[in-house]
Amino acid sequence: MEASAAGDFDRRNSSWYVDKVVQALVFIGGISGILCILGIFVFISKEGFGFIANTIDIKEFFTSPNWRPTSEENPTYGALALIAGTASVTGLAMVVAVPFSLGAAIYIGEFARGKTREVLKVLVEMLAAIPSVVWGFIGLSIMNPVIIDLFDVPVGLNVLNAGVILGLMAAPIMTTIAEDALKAVPDHYREAAEAMGATRWQVTFRVVLPAAKNGLVAAVLLGVGRGFGETMAVLMASGHSINMPDSIFDSVRALTATIAAELGETAVGSDHYQALFTLGIFLFAITFVINLAADLVLRGIRKEA
Amino acid sequence: MVTDEGRTAVDGSTRDGAEVKLSVRDLSISYGDKTVLSGVSFDVEEHEIFGIIGPANSGKTSFLRALNRMDDFIPEMQVEGEVLFNGMEVRRWRNVYALRRRIGVVFPLPVGLPLSIYDNVALSPQLSGIKDKTVLDETVERCLRRAALWDEVKDRLDSLGSLLSGGQQQRLTIARALSQEPELLLLDEFSIAVDPVTTMRIEDVLKELKQEMTIILVTNLVQQARRLADRTAFFLSGELVEVAATEDLFTGQVQDARSRDYVEGRFG
Repeated sequence: MEASAAGDFDRRNSSWYVDKVVQALVFIGGISGILCILGIFVFISKEGFGFIANTIDIKEFFTSPNWRPTSEENPTYGALALIAGTASVTGLAMVVAVPFSLGAAIYIGEFARGKTREVLKVLVEMLAAIPSVVWGFIGLSIMNPVIIDLFDVPVGLNVLNAGVILGLMAAPIMTTIAEDALKAVPDHYREAAEAMGATRWQVTFRVVLPAAKNGLVAAVLLGVGRGFGETMAVLMASGHSINMPDSIFDSVRALTATIAAELGETAVGSDHYQALFTLGIFLFAITFVINLAADLVLRGIRKEA
Repeated sequence: MVTDEGRTAVDGSTRDGAEVKLSVRDLSISYGDKTVLSGVSFDVEEHEIFGIIGPANSGKTSFLRALNRMDDFIPEMQVEGEVLFNGMEVRRWRNVYALRRRIGVVFPLPVGLPLSIYDNVALSPQLSGIKDKTVLDETVERCLRRAALWDEVKDRLDSLGSLLSGGQQQRLTIARALSQEPELLLLDEFSIAVDPVTTMRIEDVLKELKQEMTIILVTNLVQQARRLADRTAFFLSGELVEVAATEDLFTGQVQDARSRDYVEGRFG
């Protein structure tokens, strides 16, 4: 009797092994994300840091709008126009996307009921899955002539076009995240407020939105991150010409689009090649900061709840 | 008293000259094909505390939901029969929000809204359009005092209401319901998360509030019904067994033996 009890205590049965194997697999899955990020960071750093240390003038990089890496006599690497291009397009995109996505999220989360709600959710998710090249195509072939006609400008590929396209692209994802934030507000808050005689809008505005505030901020930040990182649609819709934009009708060039368009034409290891990687490091740093901010804001929610 | 048709008759034990505040006629509530309340009828008078007792699943909470039309949130909840508030069928109130503002509700589990303590209590007056800071301040203090919470929170009215302890949140919920200055106050197991000493303090407040409003008290504590209620209804498995003056119910002068068994704790 005692011996068999001790045996059970000692024996590793199949559940024990399955548990160990599953733990190991899940661990590999989890750690691989971190390894990939580290790998990417090491790779772009290796290609770009030599350039940052030896060739580039940091002051020129951030303050000069002259991006002439292919000049024979005097190549210059001023990224200011590219940064301005990305920032202006992303800024306009947020002006378009924030009201639309928050409005849509509030409608889906707080006002729509039953079938309407389900259909809308599916449609928004479908919108989020449209490939960016399709959005770029819309910018190029539909928005372009419309902008030329409507505003009587010579070129329709500009900040306005890219901003609107990027805004429409980012809105579905922001809607989904914002709606998740609203869904995380417990229903008994809504019930309690409605039982007091609050109208649905009063409930939304006075109770649900303050409670979901952090999640909504995170949704907007992730939208900004998406805007900075988007390449293909911006490349196709922005006009891709180096320019410090004075108005929304100026063509611009984005950081991402520059890398995408030029990397294929540079000799590996050349100054130009390394300069593009420097842009990459810069982009990586920006998106990292934005995502980190979004994450910290989201953490804030969990602590308060 | 259940009649042959399965309908419950109105008990005659009302006080003389009292106005009827709420009248329930042949009220049935079901969720899908599951009936939780069938054919209930009785009157609640102005300025009385009307107790409702009964074991779990006897339809007490669903009954309260039907009164201020909280059934609108639950698509599968069907309400039949009549609920007359001030003589008017609640489902005919075109402005359901105005109806709900006159009926305060305290839920069994405390719901401190994720707002400051001050805003929790000031929300309802603000929603009905009061902006004057001195009026709001005064309302907040009065309601918190009545709910026996003022002394504990007066120095931190700006902190989040949802971070208070369970018992404090429940008193905050009571303060919030009072801030509506309701004509009818529905209390659903208000003392479930409150300590006995505080419960007694709130009970004293309720006895005073009776001068200003009508109170329906759903409780699992039969002794609480005995302490507070003028009349008490006994619900059992979705039926109204009887409505009686509370003293009669607790001294054995009942029409149905099940009522006596229940209040004496000999049920099952």
